Amino acid sequence: MTRVSMKVDGVTYEDDVEARRLLVHHLRDTLGRVGTPIGCDTSNCGACTVLLDGESVKSCSVLAVQADQAQITTIQGLAEDKTWHPVQKAFQEHHGLQCGYCTPGMVLAAVDLLNNNPDPTEDEVRHGLEGNLCRCTGYVNIVRAVLAAAAEMRGAGAGQAKSTVGVGA
Amino acid sequence: MTETDAGQMVDTGQIAEKIADSDLQSGPDGTKEMGRSRRRKEDAKLITGQTTWTDNITLPGLLHFALLRSPMAHAKITRIDVAAARELPGVIAAFTGAELAGELGSLPNAWTVTPDMVSPAHPPLAVDEVRYVGDAVAVVVTRDRYSAADALEAIEVEYEPLPPVTDLEAALADGSPLVHSEKGTNRCYDWPFAAGDYEAVKAKADVVLKRRFIQQRLIPTAMEPRAVVVAPIAAADEYTIYSATQIPHILRVMLALTTGIPEHKLRVIAPDVGGGFGSKLNVYAEEVIALILARKLGRPVKWTESRSEGFQTTTHGRDQIQDIEIAATSAGQILGLKVDLLADMGAYLQLLTAGVPILGAFMFPAIYKMEAYSFHCTGVFTTKTPTDAYRGAGRPEATYAIERIIDELAHELGREPMELRKQNWIKHEEFPYDTICGLTYDSGNYEAATEKAMGLFDYDGLRREQAERRERKDPIQLGLGISTFTEMCGIAPSRVLGSLSYGAGGWEAASIRMLPTGKVEVVTGTSPHGQGHVTSWSQIAADALGVPFEDVEVIHGDTDSSPKGMDTYGSRSLVVGGVAVHHAAGKVIEKARRVAAHLLEAAESDVEFKAGTFSVKGSPEAKTTIQDVALATFAAHNLPDGMEPTLDSDYVFDPENFSFPHGTHLCAMEVDTETGQSKIRKYVCVDDVGAVVNPLIVEGQIHGGLAQGIAQALYEDCVYDAEGNLLTGTMVDYLIPSAADLPTFITDRTETRATSNPLGVKGVGEAGCIASTPAVINAIVDALRPSGINDIRMPATPERIWRALQESATAGSATGGAQ
Repeated sequence: MTRVSMKVDGVTYEDDVEARRLLVHHLRDTLGRVGTPIGCDTSNCGACTVLLDGESVKSCSVLAVQADQAQITTIQGLAEDKTWHPVQKAFQEHHGLQCGYCTPGMVLAAVDLLNNNPDPTEDEVRHGLEGNLCRCTGYVNIVRAVLAAAAEMRGAGAGQAKSTVGVGA
Repeated sequence: MTETDAGQMVDTGQIAEKIADSDLQSGPDGTKEMGRSRRRKEDAKLITGQTTWTDNITLPGLLHFALLRSPMAHAKITRIDVAAARELPGVIAAFTGAELAGELGSLPNAWTVTPDMVSPAHPPLAVDEVRYVGDAVAVVVTRDRYSAADALEAIEVEYEPLPPVTDLEAALADGSPLVHSEKGTNRCYDWPFAAGDYEAVKAKADVVLKRRFIQQRLIPTAMEPRAVVVAPIAAADEYTIYSATQIPHILRVMLALTTGIPEHKLRVIAPDVGGGFGSKLNVYAEEVIALILARKLGRPVKWTESRSEGFQTTTHGRDQIQDIEIAATSAGQILGLKVDLLADMGAYLQLLTAGVPILGAFMFPAIYKMEAYSFHCTGVFTTKTPTDAYRGAGRPEATYAIERIIDELAHELGREPMELRKQNWIKHEEFPYDTICGLTYDSGNYEAATEKAMGLFDYDGLRREQAERRERKDPIQLGLGISTFTEMCGIAPSRVLGSLSYGAGGWEAASIRMLPTGKVEVVTGTSPHGQGHVTSWSQIAADALGVPFEDVEVIHGDTDSSPKGMDTYGSRSLVVGGVAVHHAAGKVIEKARRVAAHLLEAAESDVEFKAGTFSVKGSPEAKTTIQDVALATFAAHNLPDGMEPTLDSDYVFDPENFSFPHGTHLCAMEVDTETGQSKIRKYVCVDDVGAVVNPLIVEGQIHGGLAQGIAQALYEDCVYDAEGNLLTGTMVDYLIPSAADLPTFITDRTETRATSNPLGVKGVGEAGCIASTPAVINAIVDALRPSGINDIRMPATPERIWRALQESATAGSATGGAQ
C-alpha cells in the first residue's frame, strides 16, 4: 500500500492504495466519484477521461499512485457554482449526446482541446477527439457543440466561428 | 454554405437551421410542442456526471462476482477445481457450473421460428462442455473487483479439445463436427417463404442475375458495458434486479420463468442505460447467475463486464451468407427475387437469435414491385458467440442485398441505377400498397425523398465529374452509391407477431397521473437508453393535455413504478409507446370534461377542450383549466354522481400495422486506385419518418444510425480464426469509428404521415443504420467499375480494395484487357 494524496474536484483525499490500482477505480470505488465511467479495458474509448493538472488523461491508463499530489477535475467538478462550462452547455444545445455514457470523457477531452486550440477547424476538432468514442451520435452534433463552445469561449457569437458544422463556413 | 462540385451553394445545415428557427417559437403553429426541437430533459444529469449507471450502484454489504471463461471454442471440461480460489482472502464463495446447475436452469429463447426448430439447452454456466470462447465455467464471489480477478487465477480447469465449427457451409456438410452432439445436426431450422411462382417468372425473364453477399459478423458495442446488481430481501425471498438492459419488463417475466422465483417477488430496474443497439435486448447468463447468487448468499451482488469480456459474451450481430437472384426483363422490369440465407446462430439461441433473419425475410423486396418472391433461411450453429438483434436486426441485411443487386442489375442492363429504381418502385399514388410479402405499406413518397436528396447531393454534377475522372484515368476515381430503402419497424401488431411464432405481443402501455397541483406524471412501458423518451413523451403529453412541457415528468424502467411494458427495440417506442401516451392523455381529457361540465353546470356535450382549457359552447366566459379540474378531482368534494375520483388513465396500444419509414441515401466515395484508400466525399440522406415530434432528436437518431451502417461498410469486422478464437476481442482490434473516421452528414426529411396511428409518426431508430451500408458499398463498386470490379467484401478496407484492383489487373492483362 502506498499513501497518496490528491485533490479531486476541489476536495483533498488521502488514501492507502495498492500499487496496481487504476486511477479510475480509485475515483469510482474509493472516492465515490462515479461520474467518470469506464467504457473499455484497452484505453481506446476515452469514456474515463479526466483532467489531471489541467491536461486530459484516460484515468484507466493512470495508476492511482501516479496521481499522487495531482489536481484532478472530473465531469462532476467541471461546472462552477452550478454554472455549466460552455462545453457542457453546448453539448445540450446541439444535442451532442444521446445515451450520455461517453459524455463525461468527451466533454473533458473537448475542454482540453479548446484550452490548447481556442479556435479549431472542424477537422482539428475531429482529430482532436479521436481518442474518445461515441456510439450514438455519429459525432456530427458533438463537433457542432465543440465548435459552438469554442466560439462562445472566445467571446464570439456562434456566427463568428471560424468553421461550424452545418451552419456554413 | 458549402460550394458544391457544380459551383452551386448548398446549405449543409438543412436541419440545424430549421431547428434554430423552430425553437424560437413556442411551436411551428405557435402552440404545439409536436415538431419543436426541445432540448432534452435527460441531458442535465448526463452532462454533469450525476448519472446512475448500473455499475455506479453500491449497497451495504455489496459483493462482486466474476466469471472464469473458456479460452477454447469447443471442449469437454474434464476437471474443474475451485477449492484454491475459495481459500483466498476476500473470497466469499466460488462455484462450478455443475454445482449451480440445478438452480440456474437454461437461458430462454423466445422465438421458436418453426415447430421443429432445434433448441439446445443453454446453461448459464457450462457444466461439462464449452461451446464458444467466453462460455463461462465457474464463478467467484468476492468483496471487491480486484479480489475477484485474483480468485479467477486460482481456479484450475482441464479441457479436452473438441473440434470447432466455424464455417457456415462446412457446418451443414455431412460428417461435420457438431456443436451440440446430442442434437445430431448443426442445422437449427429451415424457414421457407414464397409468394407467386418464382421459377415461372424466372423462365420468362430476359436477365437473371445471381450474387453472393457476405454480411460479416459485427459487435454492437454500446458504450456502457453490461452490468447487473441484485439486492435480495432473503427472508422474504424477494429480489430487486438492477440491470443495464433495454427490456426490464421482459427480463422480469423471463427471470421468473427461468428460475422459478415467482414474478411478483421480482422487481427489475433499468437505471440509466448507456446505449443498447439490440445487445441489451436479452436475458443474459450473468443476470440469472446474479439472481441465484444473491438468493444463495443472502447478500447483494454485482457483476460488470470488462469490454473484452463483453466482446466475447454480449451478443453479436449480422453474420449471414446471402445468395440472391433477381429476374428481370431486358426493359428493366423486375419480375422476381429469390433469396437463400445461411444465418449464423452462434453456439446457443439467445432470446431472439433464431428470429432475427426472419425479420429480414419480408424486406428483401423492399420498395420494388414484383410478381414472385422466394425466400429460404437456414439457421446454423457454430462454436462462436451467439448472435441476436443488432440495430436493424435482419432488415439491414435484406436492404444491403436488394440495394446491391439492383445496382448490379442496372450495370448488367446498362441502365442508370436511380432510373432503374424509379421504374420499379411503388409509386406515390399506389399507397397503401400490398407487397409481394403480404405487408401493407401504409404511406410513402419515394419520389419526393429522392428528388430532394438528388438536389442536395448534386447528383448530376457528381456524375459529370465521375465521367471526367474516368475519361482522364484519374488515379482517384469517384463512385456514387444509392440506397432507396424502406423498413418494417415499430415492432408491434401482436397478432402478426403471433403468426410468426414470436414469443410475446407487441403492444405498449402508458399511464397518465394528474397530480393535485396540475403537474403530470407520464408512466411509460418503453425503456429508453439514449433515445430521449422523457423529452419526446413530455411533448406528446403537453400537446394532448394542454399543459406546459416543463410540467410533465416521465417515469420509466422500473417494474414497480411502470409495471406494464414491452420495452425498447425495433424502432417501436414512439410508434407504439408514444402513441399510447397520446391515447392515455385522451382518456384523461374525457374524464376531466365530465368534471368540468359538472363544475361549469353545463352539458358534457357542450364543453369544449382546447389548449388546456375547458369552455362552454356559446359562453366563452364559462371556463376552467385542466389544472383546476385536477385539483377539484383531488378534493373530490363536488364530482358528478357516481364518478370515480380520479382523472388518471391507462392505455395499452396495439397498432394494426407495422411502421414503414423510408428514405433516399446517396454517398459519393473517392477511391484511390493506387493505394485502395477510400474516403467519403459526401453523404446525403433524406429520410421520411412521417410526422416528427422532436426534429433535433430525430436528426440525432439518423446521424448515429448512419455512423453504424457506414462502419459496417468500411471498418467493423468481428473475426474468428479457424480454431474459433475471437481475433478482434478488444477495441484495439475491432474498429469502432472515431470522429476522425466519419464525415459530416447532410440530412433532411420529407414528411409523409403514417396512417396507422393518430400522430402520423413512423420509427426512426434503425433507419440510418439500415440504409447507409449499401449506399457506401455501391459507391465504392461504382468507383471501381472501370477496373472490372463488381463487388467488394465488407468491410471494404483499403487492403481489400487494393487486392481487388490487383486481381482485376492480373485478370485483365491475362485476357489482354485494359488496366
